[in-house]
Amino acid sequence: MPKVIYKIEDDISTDIIYPGRYMATVLPSETPQFAFDDIKDLNKMLNDEKPDDQRIIVAGKNFGCGSSREQAASTLKGHELIIVARNFSRIFLQNSINLGLRTIICPDIEADTGDELIIEGDKLKNITKNKEFEVLPLPKARQAIVDAGGLIPYTQNILKQRQ
Amino acid sequence: MPQTMVQKILAKAAGKPSVEVGEVLEPNVDLAMSHENAALVINQFAEIYNGLGKPAKVWNPNKIAIIFDHRVPAESKKTATNQKKIRTFVAEQGISKFHDIRGDEGGICHQILPESGYVMPSYVVVGTDSHTTTHGAIGAFSFGIGATEMASVWALGQALNIEVPPTIKVIINGTLPKYVLPKDIILHLIGKISAEGANFKVLEFHGEAIRNMSTSGRLTICNMSVEAGATSGIVPPDEETVRYLREEAGYKGEIDMMQADPDAVYDQIVEINASELTPQIACPHTVDNVKPIAEVEGIKIDQIVIGSCTNGRLDDLQIASEILKGKKVARDTRMLVFPASSRIYQEALDKGYINDLVKAGAVVMNPGCGPCLGVHQGALGDGEKALATTNRNFKGRMGNPVSDVYLASPAVAAASALTGVITDPRKGVN
Ligand code: SF4
Repeated sequence: MPKVIYKIEDDISTDIIYPGRYMATVLPSETPQFAFDDIKDLNKMLNDEKPDDQRIIVAGKNFGCGSSREQAASTLKGHELIIVARNFSRIFLQNSINLGLRTIICPDIEADTGDELIIEGDKLKNITKNKEFEVLPLPKARQAIVDAGGLIPYTQNILKQRQ
Repeated sequence: MPQTMVQKILAKAAGKPSVEVGEVLEPNVDLAMSHENAALVINQFAEIYNGLGKPAKVWNPNKIAIIFDHRVPAESKKTATNQKKIRTFVAEQGISKFHDIRGDEGGICHQILPESGYVMPSYVVVGTDSHTTTHGAIGAFSFGIGATEMASVWALGQALNIEVPPTIKVIINGTLPKYVLPKDIILHLIGKISAEGANFKVLEFHGEAIRNMSTSGRLTICNMSVEAGATSGIVPPDEETVRYLREEAGYKGEIDMMQADPDAVYDQIVEINASELTPQIACPHTVDNVKPIAEVEGIKIDQIVIGSCTNGRLDDLQIASEILKGKKVARDTRMLVFPASSRIYQEALDKGYINDLVKAGAVVMNPGCGPCLGVHQGALGDGEKALATTNRNFKGRMGNPVSDVYLASPAVAAASALTGVITDPRKGVN
């Protein structure tokens, strides 16, 4: 069952998710090692432990604020994390959708490290706390990209139609 | 239907008479900008064409701009190799708006675009940089996107699935007092509406303080709009916009003076009286942690930084040199200055500002992003404090998670350089 491995505060910037000093590393496959590099215990946990359960990070508001660096999405996607936040910053949310990182907008989320969560449609159930919260839909323009499996296949489909 | 600036621009770009907030469009793009992260865009662009059996060719090489600024000259072999790869791509695709590492035409992307006349009012501009909001100062709808999204724009010439954003109207009346600058207006606004106060929305700027402001000041304000979460900032074009495009950007063609309708519908209206403002400081570690200078005066500063796409223009260097001329930077403080472009550097040399700053003890660095993003030069030591005219003070931003960054105007930065502590420039420094 998906489990909360870390709880993090409001306004987590892309500098925290993927520090600027690694920006010369661009290939998505090479970025995961640097996820949350300045939060040493979290970085170590992500790199060293490979549990069977899906791993969730629970955040507050405005997750992913700051720069447009796409490494902030690819570094988390590389660990196949699910990010549950009260809300996300626009560019980060778009990058996540474009790359297929799962982002769950849950304005009232209450969860702690170790809690088990089930996310189904527009509901998020905290099994450990026996509470249920509403999940907001993605911005409607973006759902089509999720449905296509990301922006690269979505763009390929358009190019095929134009041929 | 009455339309805001952004509704009008998007309607034009999507070939429609009008558009509604929330409507999904695929607008044509007039300019697509990247910096060194073009290396990732090139990778994603190749991915798109892999398997399609078509050669990868950008939709229009004259509408793509690539500017090297984030790590110039390269700080590592990795960066240098990325830059090399981008040069090859630029040559292969015939991309015309390319600014390499040069002392005559280099600089920060958000300065190069306006000063080269690449951005016009009513344009749709996208950039793989969050501060692409800057170009709203020229009356464009200009916003940041990720690298994969840019690869899609390079392929199609359109931005996909763009939802028409709601607009907050910001009316700034009154007159800025001496040594209170456009930076103080935008810091005050961010403090007021918070770091997510304009998330998914546009900030449209009006009022006499904006009308009386130079394009340089408007660039500062639109630049930092993203720190309130805004998709874009925008200033409706006026006589000053035309002056800037003709005199400073050397543009001779026609200019679309598109304006918002007077009865356009806004999501919210925010009013600010510039006459009542004092210098503002964004304290660590969020940009919306803004305080009037009176609350933080006297804090010891180890490093003063003047520059960046926010405040590295000629008027910023002028005010710094005016305050520092004939004086000395405090002994226990260091001062770094990085002009936003080579052209600004040259103008500041010609006017003697660089001379004044260097004689006062400042280190003047090459144009580019310099210490702003903490990967290259000017990193902070453990426990050190910086006061910078840049736009972000997030933990670790200046290269060290155990350091503090305060954001302020160039007048505050220069006054604080003289004393080594946060100092109000209005009090005069001897
Ligand atoms: S100067 Fe700073 S904020 Fe501006 S583009 Fe460069 S890194 Fe980004």
